[in-house]
Amino acid sequence: MTLDQLDKGRISRVTGFAAGHEDLVTKLREIGFAESDEVELMHRGPLGANPLCFRLNRTLIALRSDEARAIHVDAAL
Amino acid sequence: MSRLRIALVGAPNSGKSTLFNGLTGGRAKVANYSGVTVETRTGWLQTPGGTGIDLIDLPGIYGLKPRSTDERIAIDLLRNGRDGKAPPDGMLVLIDAAHLRTHLHTVLQMRAIGRPMIVVLNMIDLAERDGLKIDIERLRTELGVPVVTARATRAAGRADLLACIDAETANWHKRDDTADSTTEPVELDLSALQREARAIASKAILFEPTMNRLTRQIDHFVLHPIIGPIILSALLFFMFQAVYSWSGPFMDALEAGAAGLGQLAGQLLPAGWFHDLIVDGIIAGVGSVVVFLPQIVILFLFILALEASGYMARAAVLMDELMLRVGLNGRAFIPLLSSFACAIPGMMSARTIDNERDRLTTIMVAPLMTCSARLPVYTLIIAAFIPPDSVGPFNLQGIVMFGLYLTGVVSAVTVAFVLKRTVTKGSNQVLIMELPTYKLPNPRDFFYSLWGHIRAFLKRAGTIILTTSIILWFLASYPSSATTLRESFAGQLGSILEKLLAPIGFNLEISIALVPGMAAREVAVGALGTVYAIQGGEENVDGLAAALQSAWSLPTALAFLAWYVFAPQCFATLATARRETNSWAWTGFMFAYLMVLAYVAAGATFWTATWLGL
Repeated sequence: MTLDQLDKGRISRVTGFAAGHEDLVTKLREIGFAESDEVELMHRGPLGANPLCFRLNRTLIALRSDEARAIHVDAAL
Repeated sequence: MSRLRIALVGAPNSGKSTLFNGLTGGRAKVANYSGVTVETRTGWLQTPGGTGIDLIDLPGIYGLKPRSTDERIAIDLLRNGRDGKAPPDGMLVLIDAAHLRTHLHTVLQMRAIGRPMIVVLNMIDLAERDGLKIDIERLRTELGVPVVTARATRAAGRADLLACIDAETANWHKRDDTADSTTEPVELDLSALQREARAIASKAILFEPTMNRLTRQIDHFVLHPIIGPIILSALLFFMFQAVYSWSGPFMDALEAGAAGLGQLAGQLLPAGWFHDLIVDGIIAGVGSVVVFLPQIVILFLFILALEASGYMARAAVLMDELMLRVGLNGRAFIPLLSSFACAIPGMMSARTIDNERDRLTTIMVAPLMTCSARLPVYTLIIAAFIPPDSVGPFNLQGIVMFGLYLTGVVSAVTVAFVLKRTVTKGSNQVLIMELPTYKLPNPRDFFYSLWGHIRAFLKRAGTIILTTSIILWFLASYPSSATTLRESFAGQLGSILEKLLAPIGFNLEISIALVPGMAAREVAVGALGTVYAIQGGEENVDGLAAALQSAWSLPTALAFLAWYVFAPQCFATLATARRETNSWAWTGFMFAYLMVLAYVAAGATFWTATWLGL
């Protein structure tokens, strides 16, 4: 599954990135997303929509669901 | 011995500017949101061991692939040098110790540049308070470069770093002779670097608790889908309320001071041209602007506090969806909110927006946000013409002021909307933004920044406003044969402009004041102060507001307010637009569209008010 599908409060791990979005993936990697990192959805935006705030290890990062879709996470954790 | 040039590198929010201020005693602006250091600054320091160092403060970067203009500047400087200077002799690479795992790969990327470096684990005290345990010795061995912990806000917390600089840079000098060659960009395999970084982190981090608990608890409310936007609105409302209510007593005191000074000077100086120059020209002109210092201080106080605490990034998140609808994105909220203080830093911080079209749109609409220089104009006219009646729980003067701010915001949104669908069309940029851990602003950094803004305001009052006041006083007082303002030099010049401005309800005095008012918005207040002081002569003791009351009709006053919502009456803003867009065409476009809006809005206001019989 992808990061945008993660339920609030469920801790998961990054397993990989979507193919074919090199620029976006580079940006996501630069800010710190990497394979096996711990992620958790912490907050949703106003009225429950975008942007989404994720905890990446100990760091809080805001993404829109379009960006979150490029990150694959472990469903069974 | 030539001084060493050392660059301060690190991710946004890693405390670079605080360390810079601490090491150099410099006056660099510090803020707790990404991308506030939009220009590189150099400060000087001497280590305890006697090494002279030029420290270069760079915009925050996560790696060597630039996303936005400010990142490009930083990376270019590290690799190839800038402005004819060689690349720096070495680097201090800063990481927020609390985010070691997430940010360690930045260090590996910097190491790949191949210059000497020292890794600084900053804010170690906060990380340790959270319960994070790091094996520094292990980190040093694994990375193969010196690692030192620091607490940038305290002198004691910087002692280890200084000692390390002394020890390490002894070897850097030898390298200096050959350091003029530029490094070729190496294609880095980011995922391999991240793997290496995570492996090192796992060895060096002995214990890692989850996220900062206080930040979590605060964000539970601040980023709440419903409570969050309410808190943001309340904060903004409180901020603008405070600007007006808290500043009152201070402004009254300053006003009384200026009036007292004018009277004292009037009594002491013998009658004659020198008396008139001092009393009508300088004291009336400069005094009427300096009175607004308290409002400007309070406004900057709030904006700096929002930046330094970490709230500003949250505000950007909350505004993202709304801004997206307009065609901008959340990141543009930070430049636009700063523009409430001044459009110049606002336009410069637009450099953090990596989509060029979004950046351009943000720059184009930034001058529509009501900057602090409009406060003197608005406050003066409102005090003179709008009665302080209460409308329900609100005050009519406050409502008008709020309406002016709102008109600016709505216009900015509309213009952005139109621009994004016409000239700056293009896809929206992505939003990837780190939200910093909340912290109390460091008082020293905070007051450096605040003082910088106060100084800039007073400097303008002391230079531009002083000069224009004197010139205007001369032009409005001579030739000495002139018995009315219209016969003076200023009156003759103003008459020409008056023909153009009369249809929108502006009189001769306004026409005269708008010319020096091109230098900066608040200059118009000083200019009106001078013009009416000359006209009023000795009877004019009730101040400028009273003089305007008897000289202007209500429609004229309202038209003047409407004019100032839009008019690009600020040379510095236009110069900054030129620099940031690197285009005369865009600068000309900005000037033209704002002038047209100002003229139309003032005209519409004047004729509507006249028609309503106000």
